[in-house]
Parts: sequence; structure tokens; C-alpha cells
Amino acid sequence: MTQIAQNDAGAVVIVGSGAGGGTLAHELTRRGIKVVLLEAGARESYATFSQNPGEAFVQLTWLDPRTTSGSWTVPEDYPGLPSWTAKTLGGTTVHWTGATPRIQSWEVRARTTYGALAGTSLIDWPIEYSELERYYELAERRLLVTRRQGNSGLPASSHFKVMYHGARRIGYRRVHTGYLAVNTRPADERGMCIQQGFCVQGCKTGAKWSTLYTEIPRAEATGNLDLRLRCHALRIEHGADGRVGAVVYRDPQGKEQRQKARLVCVACNSVETARLLLLSDSSRFPHGLANSSGQVGRNYCRHTAGFIWGVFDKPVKFWRGTTLAGIVEDETKNDPKRGFVGGYHLELAALDLPSLPLAGFPCTLWGRDLGFLMDHYDRMAGMLVNGEDMPRSDNRITLSTSVKDGAGVPVAHIHVDEHGNDAAMRSHAQRQGRAIYEAVGALRTATSRQTPATHNMCTARMSKDPRDGVVDGHGRAHDVPNLYVSDGSALTTPGSANPTLTIVALALRQAEHIAHEMSSGNL
Amino acid sequence: MLEAFAAPVAAFPGVAVSMSATYPRRDFLAAGGILTGFLAAGGPLSLLAPSRAWALELKFLSSAEGATLLAVARTIAPHDTLEDAAYAIVVKAIDASAADERVRATVKAGLGALGGDFAARAEPARVEALRTVERSEFFAFVRAKTLGTLYASPIAYAHFGYEGEAFSKGGYLNRGFDELDWLPDVPLEDSGPKAGPAGR
Repeated sequence: MTQIAQNDAGAVVIVGSGAGGGTLAHELTRRGIKVVLLEAGARESYATFSQNPGEAFVQLTWLDPRTTSGSWTVPEDYPGLPSWTAKTLGGTTVHWTGATPRIQSWEVRARTTYGALAGTSLIDWPIEYSELERYYELAERRLLVTRRQGNSGLPASSHFKVMYHGARRIGYRRVHTGYLAVNTRPADERGMCIQQGFCVQGCKTGAKWSTLYTEIPRAEATGNLDLRLRCHALRIEHGADGRVGAVVYRDPQGKEQRQKARLVCVACNSVETARLLLLSDSSRFPHGLANSSGQVGRNYCRHTAGFIWGVFDKPVKFWRGTTLAGIVEDETKNDPKRGFVGGYHLELAALDLPSLPLAGFPCTLWGRDLGFLMDHYDRMAGMLVNGEDMPRSDNRITLSTSVKDGAGVPVAHIHVDEHGNDAAMRSHAQRQGRAIYEAVGALRTATSRQTPATHNMCTARMSKDPRDGVVDGHGRAHDVPNLYVSDGSALTTPGSANPTLTIVALALRQAEHIAHEMSSGNL
Repeated sequence: MLEAFAAPVAAFPGVAVSMSATYPRRDFLAAGGILTGFLAAGGPLSLLAPSRAWALELKFLSSAEGATLLAVARTIAPHDTLEDAAYAIVVKAIDASAADERVRATVKAGLGALGGDFAARAEPARVEALRTVERSEFFAFVRAKTLGTLYASPIAYAHFGYEGEAFSKGGYLNRGFDELDWLPDVPLEDSGPKAGPAGR
């Protein structure tokens, strides 16, 4: 295993090994650049993924506490888990469902498209869509996305048949098994999908792309990667010149260590990325590193989300089959006549028996209504709304003033007051979802409220004007020339697409940029 | 474990509150109750169990508290054909959580407020009583524990028809992932060929 000395100031330090950090680590190391990769979690594998839902949850989830407030319903329904992210090598690419739609051209011009909507902090992306498109193609080839770049779609499960026919009967036309980074046949050293349904517990065949078994081992094979597991970044330090020079982290023994760095890339998933920057305050950056704009942690987006459940009198057995292999694209348009701006996807979604009542229903559901739904567990179908939510300045990540993690470091506090546009969109989407199930004979339908965010975005957003965001179009901090943000935090706005493909596309682009800047002597 | 979704941070052992809280042994001896029942003859459990009678030892809750708690769990998640033994697992889990002093105080106070005759009341009266405490920490905790425990047990898997782990059996690709026959098949252009080397 490659070891890079702690006082070696020539290495790139990447914090976090998920879609952004893991991809970036591979892209830099394969270009001959030395990388120290810090990952707070442990290393699992095909062999160690638990198939017991409760155990798998503990194995992969970021369980350090987070606190939450605001008028949104999450504090009521999911007080212990306002955001559902991962702490494991590979990050959320281990527990994600593989959904890889693209953000659309009008969505990157969010402020222009949606106008000056009161109570939002919308801005346009600082990069052209055509530029993003080039990297989408590369990302789709890398991840082997179904229905893209010549790949076939996944076959239709029983569960998808219900969604498909319901959606077609109410007039939807763009309904299919989706764009997923899930292999239908063995390819690129990944296995094939066996339709077992355990996507979020870690894919035991490797059909689903994850940096855990693609980018990271390939980075290791270059001999340029020093991977440090169970190492939790505590703060990023800078020198008198305002450039970052080291990352201080807690090692597996709980001891503080300090790794020097030529440049630092932060990719800890949006909540923790903001937390790390805020924890890295100094006399030069009294409000947090790279935060002269005051934008670090702000504009927190998590997608307008919510389940729709349909109950039938005939078997569906929705746990069988690729969890998210089904999508309705018709509502991704921007059509303000619906009563809101922006669009949404409806995506197939099943939950295992233990998770359904906890993750899938609001806390107000109990008694006979709950009993009825659970009694029909084998006759249920489910969908998840994934819609563009509106950035708001005060929807933000801050450091908790009352709760600390096991090492005495303030945890992240998540405050959200949902914009009326989000609520109107969810209500429209869940009404459409119910109609889909009613069109194929549902006995009853039910919905959840906003679910814990698995998509955390925009807390260190890219902006053209340094006053509006934290990083530029390459993810480089406006304030600090050798500090980068390499995860979903950098998204300017969320769009209506699940974020992983966009994060990978931006990481591929950022790697090219960093390599070029390094070889040109600018970094 | 999945209760993390619904448990308030303060009451979720293992997150903010340590499970290893110490407690005086006197409490252990004084409080421990026992919960008993019989398995339905011919039910799935009676086929597995060595005896139809079951007994559950409680460490922190009294017998009366255990009986009330079982009725609370049944009211939160009512399944008429699911045996008391399945709900007893919930009581056992909450009793274990009550090792933590704060959880114990919350649970005991909440059960006390429901009254000693709670279990004997008809379902509508039990529902009404729980509605009045729906927003309490006690209810949030017991609801989360009930849902988190009840549906995670092998008894529940069998009862609700959930098949659980499927990797060891090769998944469902050739075992009925698309067997639904009450709707037509999906056209190939909107789905894809069933895997295999020719699947691309």
C-alpha cells in the first residue's frame, strides 16, 4: 500500500470517497498525481454487505447525530435522521439506488427560467449546458448507464408493470425502466443485476456502480493513492498566504493527525462538507473557510420528495426487482400553469418490510390505517417523487450549539423552511401518483411527507459572482485558490435529477482542470 | 436500528445516549416483571416453539407495565391475526431500552398516565387515549420502537409474506421478479431484455 508522508506537502488531499471524492481520486491518481484519500467510514465489500435491513442500515449509514429545525415536516417524522447519508468507503454510492437522470438545459439556467421568485435565492449555473453535456456522456460511459450510450434498459419487474400501465392510462408517454447505473450483464468488472431488490443495502453482485469497487481499487492500483480509512477530517488549515496547507483529522485510534497538502478537495456530502468548512474558521475566515460570501451552508437543497403507495387486491411483491427501475419523465418540464415552477420525476420505489413503516409513512400514521397498509405488504406498489426544490438563503447547515459528536465536535444543524413552490409541487406529484395507481384499480392510496434527504446539495454552490456562492465553475473556492469542493455541495441548483451522475460528471471535469492547473504550475 | 428514522435523537440509544448506562441493582430486582401468554394452536409459531406457553422476563418494567405496553403496541400497529408473542418482542425491546434512566422514566410515566386499565379497554377507547398523547416523547419513542421491532422479526417476515434476503438464492431474475399476470407485459422499448450475455 502506498504511503505518503504526513509532512509531504506535494499531495492532493481528498476528504470523502463517494461519487465526487472517489471518482476524483481515480482521475487524479491515474494521471500520476499523488492523493491522500481520507474516509470517515470503514471498508465493506460484496462479501460483507449485510442482507438484514437493520444491520445494513447501521453498517452503511452516517449515524453521528444531526439536529434539525424549521417548518418542514422532517423534524416531526424523522427527528433522528433528517438526512440519510453514508459513512463507509464509497460513500453514498454504496447505498444509492443507481438512478442517473441528467439535469436539463433549462434547469441550469434556473434564475433565468424561473424568474425572480420571492423567497428564493435562485441563480444560474456558471457553466454552459453544452459543457456539462460533454461530461454527462463521459460519466454515462463510465457508469454504464442503462438506456444511454447504446446500453439497453433493465427488464420490467412486476412492480414496474403496475406503475407503467397506471401511468400510460392517465396519459403519460415517457415511462420506462429508467436510467440506472446498473448492469444488465457483467461488464467492466462489475456483475449483473439479479433483480434481488437489495440495492440500498449494498449491491452484492456489483451490478450497481459504486466507487467502492470501481474507482477506488483502480486508484489504488496506480500506486499513487494513500487511502486512510476511519479517518475523520476535523478542520482544514491555511497559511499566512491564505492558501490551504493541511488537513487535521482524527485517526481510527481517536488521535489527531495532520496531513500537509498541496491542495484540498472537500467531498463529504453536502451536510458534512458545509460542517467541515464551518469548523475550519480562522482569524482570516472568521465565519468559516472560504466563507467571505457568507454562503457556506446556505441554499441547502434536498429535492422535493415524498412517497406514494398504492394498495391492490392482487399480489405485486414489490421487494422483488431492482429497487428504482421505473420512471415517469413527463412532469420534468417547467410548466408554471401547474401552480409551481420546475419539474419532477416519479420514480419506482420499494422498501423492505422493516423499513417501510419507519421510512415510508408520516409519524401521524398508526392504528388501523397503518395496519391496513402493512397487511397488504405483498400487494403494494410504491413511487417516490424527485422534484426540484427552491434554494433559500436561510435553509442552511450551521454548527449545532448544543449537540456534539462522540469526539466533542459540534454536529451539523439542518434548518429548512420549505418554500411554497416545493409544497405545491409535492401535492401535484402525489395527486398524479395516486391517479396512476387508481387507474389500475388501487383499493387505497397513501402518501408520506418529505423524506430524509439522500440528496443533499448546493451548500457550497458554484457561482459566477463570488458574492452568490462559494466556488467557481470548476469547484474552486472563490476565496482560496487551492481549495476545491468536489461533491453535490457545488451544484448551483438541484434540478429535478438524482444528483450522482451530475456529481460524477463535474468530478471528471474538475480532475481535468486540476491536472491541467498542476502541470501548468498554477497549483 | 432503523428506528433512527423516527426516534428523537435524545431517546435513541446508541446515537446520543449511551446504551451502557449503569443502573442500581436494587432497581433490577424491584422492577422486573413477567409477561406471559399462549401461542395459538396450529399457528406458525406453535409449530416452531417447544411449548405453547411463553413467558418473557422484564428487567425494568413491571408485569402491569408490560401488559399495558403490549396493548399500546397492538393499538399502534393492529394486526388481528398476529399473535401476542410477536408484540411481546416489542415489549422486550422497550424493556431493554429502559436500561437508560431517561428512557425508563419517559416510558414509565407515559404508561402510568394511560392508566392501569388501558389493556382492558376496547380498541376505540385505547385509540382515543393514545391520540391525546400522540405528540409526546413517550408516544414517539414507543411508536418508533414498535414499528422498528415488530416488522423486523422473522415472525413478521412469515406473517406478511416478505421473503427477505434473496442473494443466496440467486435473486429473483429467474424466480419471479416479473411474474405479475394481472396486467399485460411492458413493451420492450420501454423496458429491456432479460439479462444474459445478449442483454446489451
